[in-house]
Amino acid sequence: MTPRLAKALINGLLIGGALVALFPMLWMVSVSLMQPGEASNLPPPLLPAQATLHNYRELFLRAGMGRYWLNSLLVSTAITVLSLAFNLMAGYAFAKLRFAGRDALFKGVVGMLAIPAQVAMLPLFLLLKPIGLVNHYGGVIVPAMASAFGIFLVRQYARGIPDELLEAARIDGAGELRIFVRVVLPLLKPIMVTLSIYTFLTAWNDFMWPLIVLTGQEHYTLPLGLASLAREHATDTELMMAGSVVTVVPVLLLFLALQRYYLEGLLLGSVKG
Amino acid sequence: MNRQHAAWLLLAPAAIVLGVFFLLPVAGAFALSLTDYDLYALADIHNLRFVALNNYWALLHRPLFWSALGHTVYFVAVGVPLSMLVSLCAALLLHSPLARCKPLFRTALFAPVVTTVVAVAVVWRYLFNTKYGLVNEVLGSAGIHPVDWLGDPHWAMPAIILFAVWKNFGYNMIILLAGLQAIPAELHEAARIDGASTWRQFRHITLPMLAPTLLMVGILTVCGYFQLFAEPYVITEGGPLQSTVSVLYLMYDEGFKWWNLGAASAIAFLLFAIMFAVSELMLRVGGKEAGT
Repeated sequence: MTPRLAKALINGLLIGGALVALFPMLWMVSVSLMQPGEASNLPPPLLPAQATLHNYRELFLRAGMGRYWLNSLLVSTAITVLSLAFNLMAGYAFAKLRFAGRDALFKGVVGMLAIPAQVAMLPLFLLLKPIGLVNHYGGVIVPAMASAFGIFLVRQYARGIPDELLEAARIDGAGELRIFVRVVLPLLKPIMVTLSIYTFLTAWNDFMWPLIVLTGQEHYTLPLGLASLAREHATDTELMMAGSVVTVVPVLLLFLALQRYYLEGLLLGSVKG
Repeated sequence: MNRQHAAWLLLAPAAIVLGVFFLLPVAGAFALSLTDYDLYALADIHNLRFVALNNYWALLHRPLFWSALGHTVYFVAVGVPLSMLVSLCAALLLHSPLARCKPLFRTALFAPVVTTVVAVAVVWRYLFNTKYGLVNEVLGSAGIHPVDWLGDPHWAMPAIILFAVWKNFGYNMIILLAGLQAIPAELHEAARIDGASTWRQFRHITLPMLAPTLLMVGILTVCGYFQLFAEPYVITEGGPLQSTVSVLYLMYDEGFKWWNLGAASAIAFLLFAIMFAVSELMLRVGGKEAGT
């Protein structure tokens, strides 16, 4: 094969692959702007004859999507902030502080990575019920306030902090907590961004556990609202696409803005195998 | 405050959360699976009885459990190799020195990974529509008759597999791409000077060097794919004729639709045991073949 042909082939395949990857999302946006029923013409149109925001109005005014949107934002933000704080503290302790049983405990954390969360879901439901966290935002937030993965990620990163820096601060008479806040946290900024975006996206996209623990519609997050809407309005293609746009676009934008950090986290996390 | 105390103070919040809301339930899951916890026990705990391994025994005699396991194994056995193949091809293309605009293509190919599974599953449900769906439209332009993707029990699982491959291949692509970039360029250089073809370079340098990464990615993907739930829940609702009911789908129905929490816990534990056994097997066999 001549180099020119190979180059054309490789770039052609990449263009084709990128089109397949992006097409469903572009189609989703296009259909969400169509008049009700327009997508069910033959042959199916690719672009709206006349773009309209009708479906979005319907979604927020009649289908209660605004509520789901705020629920999602609240739950995902709370999980991100709280788990970031707890995972940073624990990850740093595992990486840089010496205490009895550290290595055994850390092995336990790594072991937890292998246990699928679904095993814990049924007893967790029974545990949360008597303390009033079933059908409560807390039911989604509280169990996610720390994660083995987050601790692992912070620990891997924090191991790179030079011990001399911490020793120097100790000699200057700084307390351990002061060192953590003043010296360590600023150095952990990159991993903080990585972990935040990772946690936020996971919380925003999560489906199974919220479906179990949030039983009332008033607490539904976007994926739950969308799934129940899809069962009621299966034939309203245009409305459903608007719902999908509203759900997906925030995370896509967040990813595009911070993609470098996200991909770094993905690679750091995959070293666990 | 000394260093020991500081360490425990920093660890405490995460340890409490993980201990109470993860480890305790995991331990409780096994205990729960040995009881007949159901709607009556949910109303009054005194109705709870210890049934030893009866839940497991009953499951092994339930056709629905075996068919759910069969569907899940089908999804894993076809979906994982297909996903890995697409990921590897995409990574090789992105790694090629002839490729242009690499960051752009990488972002485009990775984008499906960050999307909300429920939202894009809804999109694909319409793309798979027999009459108006664009999947059949594209097939039709190639002269293939329309397929009743979501209405035919034989085609529903392949449709879900295609969706899962589209949604997930970008994740492994990034890891494999990093693996490719870690292979020293001198190896390919030397092989080229010795006159090795592109295919032989791939077969004898790239693949062996990438083997440990492929094995790790394979195991993680197998574990992820065994946890099939949201896709059939949204796209097919387990149908048609229960042909896409996965093990977790069965667990969800059993536990939170019929409130048989004891039996559902047994399902969760069996799935976990199977996942563990399969990844252990892959590690043994794969580890030997990778020569490590």
